[in-house]
Amino acid sequence: MRKIVKLAATAAIALGLGTGAALSADPLKVGFIYVGPVGDHGWSYQHDQGRKAIEAKFGDKVETTYIESVPEGADAERAIERLARSGHELIFTTSFGYMNATLKVAKKFPKVKFEHATGYKRAKNVSTYGSRFYQGRYVLGQIAAKVSKVGTAGYIGSFPIPEVVRGMNSFMLGAQSVNPDFKIKTIWVNSWYNPGAEADAAKALIDQGVDVMLQHTDSPAPLQVAQARGIVGFGQASDMIKFAPEAQLTAIVDKWDNYYVDRVQAVMDGSWKSQDTWGGMDTDMVHMAAFTNLDDEIAAEAQKTIDAITAGTFKPFTGPITKQDGSVYLKDGEVAEDGSLLSMNFFIKGVDDKLPN
Amino acid sequence: MSALEPMLLTIITASTPLLLAAIGELVCERSGVLNLGVEGMMIVGAVAAFGTAYTTGSPLLGIVAGMLAAVALSLLFGFLTLRLMCNQVATGLALTILGLGLSGMIGESFVGEPGVKLSQISIPMLSDLPLVGKVLFGQDVLVYASFAIVGLTSYVLFRSRWGLILRAVGDNHTSAHALGYSVLRVRYLAVMFGGACSGLAGAYLSLAYTPQWTEGMSAGRGWIALALVVFASWRPGRVLIGAYLFGAVSILQFHAQASGVTLPSQLMSSLPYLVTIVVLVIISQNRQLTKTNSPACLGKPFSPDR
Repeated sequence: MRKIVKLAATAAIALGLGTGAALSADPLKVGFIYVGPVGDHGWSYQHDQGRKAIEAKFGDKVETTYIESVPEGADAERAIERLARSGHELIFTTSFGYMNATLKVAKKFPKVKFEHATGYKRAKNVSTYGSRFYQGRYVLGQIAAKVSKVGTAGYIGSFPIPEVVRGMNSFMLGAQSVNPDFKIKTIWVNSWYNPGAEADAAKALIDQGVDVMLQHTDSPAPLQVAQARGIVGFGQASDMIKFAPEAQLTAIVDKWDNYYVDRVQAVMDGSWKSQDTWGGMDTDMVHMAAFTNLDDEIAAEAQKTIDAITAGTFKPFTGPITKQDGSVYLKDGEVAEDGSLLSMNFFIKGVDDKLPN
Repeated sequence: MSALEPMLLTIITASTPLLLAAIGELVCERSGVLNLGVEGMMIVGAVAAFGTAYTTGSPLLGIVAGMLAAVALSLLFGFLTLRLMCNQVATGLALTILGLGLSGMIGESFVGEPGVKLSQISIPMLSDLPLVGKVLFGQDVLVYASFAIVGLTSYVLFRSRWGLILRAVGDNHTSAHALGYSVLRVRYLAVMFGGACSGLAGAYLSLAYTPQWTEGMSAGRGWIALALVVFASWRPGRVLIGAYLFGAVSILQFHAQASGVTLPSQLMSSLPYLVTIVVLVIISQNRQLTKTNSPACLGKPFSPDR
């Protein structure tokens, strides 16, 4: 049966080509590869918002194309190559798993410029970019520890990869800064996107007594369950206030708009260079949705943290931080280097869950 | 005791869409037609149900629309495979791809909009009973419908003349034809029944399970339903057991994870599949019986002119 599912997925990309923008005199062609459907209201949806921002800014000076639901792996290479072959000068590949495919195609098309999201391998014509979502998670931790009466939050994880582990640790650091004994109950759903399973996981967590919900998966389902069961939670990837008008406290919004517009501008100016960008609150790549259903005092505290992170005067991963096994991660006052954040594969003290090897 | 009730409620929610889709496919396959398009019909049902409920404000109309949309898709499948005798496997796969794409297109403007939730029917007095009250008497209409459909299907398939004809068509279409039964008509009806059930499953997803529309929200449930039919050796009762087993293990492993059981989460996530397959294989141990249950003409095209 798995083979059949794969077959279907492969055939699906053949149908998934969408085009935007009208033709005009030699517009700059910009291409996008999405890992999910643009209608996921999460990861791919937010990248598509970035694409729309480009169109809004440059009008008929650009022509954008996207291919959605492209599986990571061999199919990705074909999809990227198709964009490169059809005259796209700038191509955004928006998932970690496209890394090697992007580099391979980039080698074949040295004049085309590539932007790979969340990766770490670059080339002369391949830039990488990512977002410090963990900064937002720290703020969520602070808020959660203040609003939770039982001192336990439910945390739905997708996969135990550094990105998710880092977010979980950052959340705990924020929570521990308020309540050193704060706990989380964790469920891994082994999927980025399965609304039903995410909802089931949320229900299981609430049945076990948590009173704050957060998730590192893509659908609004967990927040919707939180609303239905009368607890509070946070939006993920996009502002989900419509799904939980009484439950959402804030949301971490992935905002690629500024970065995408800048990069298109750079290509137009001829100033595009291969670089690595890991943006955070300072570039608005990590954008916090308006505080709702929250005491003014708690909101003001959270805003203070956001301001400090934005100004660069505070970094969530600042020592002393002890690992789960009791060994020292950061000494007092020591700030984590990006390298150790990017490869984070351990929990900090206070997280009860075990990382699968 | 108090922890058990919400757990049971969650298990019912997780199992119902699988049960609905699987029972429809069972009837379809019993008539000799293999429709691999369950996932596609389900998702089109989901978007039609959501869109209708969202615009009219009536979840019941939504359910009807979801059913009709999926039946329309199943008729397309029927026309291609029964009338034009296209390959059923290829057509079914194409139907899934079509359904996933089509639903994304139809649903574009519904993304990010909160939906209308199908309300629970509370039977006064009974639903206030401790423990079993809400579980047995406080469900929504689709949950009751799923049980009614399984019961009726089981009765009609094995206790009625219609069922006999349907199974005859699925087991030996040439003989059924020789006896004067219209093989194609029976199959069209079975395919439509499959479509209607998939549509109900889809409606359940977007109106009751997670009242929202997001692309690809069926997340492979159609494929699980298809697998259930085979592992349940085409018996309605076993489909019921399989669907609920799958739902129960899915929920129980979440509870185990949340209460700190530290097995690898990958293993936990695969448990529903493993347990369901193992149990259904054990039930279906009798090979002879499985063979008699499996429709002999499954997937074979039939032309009345030959």
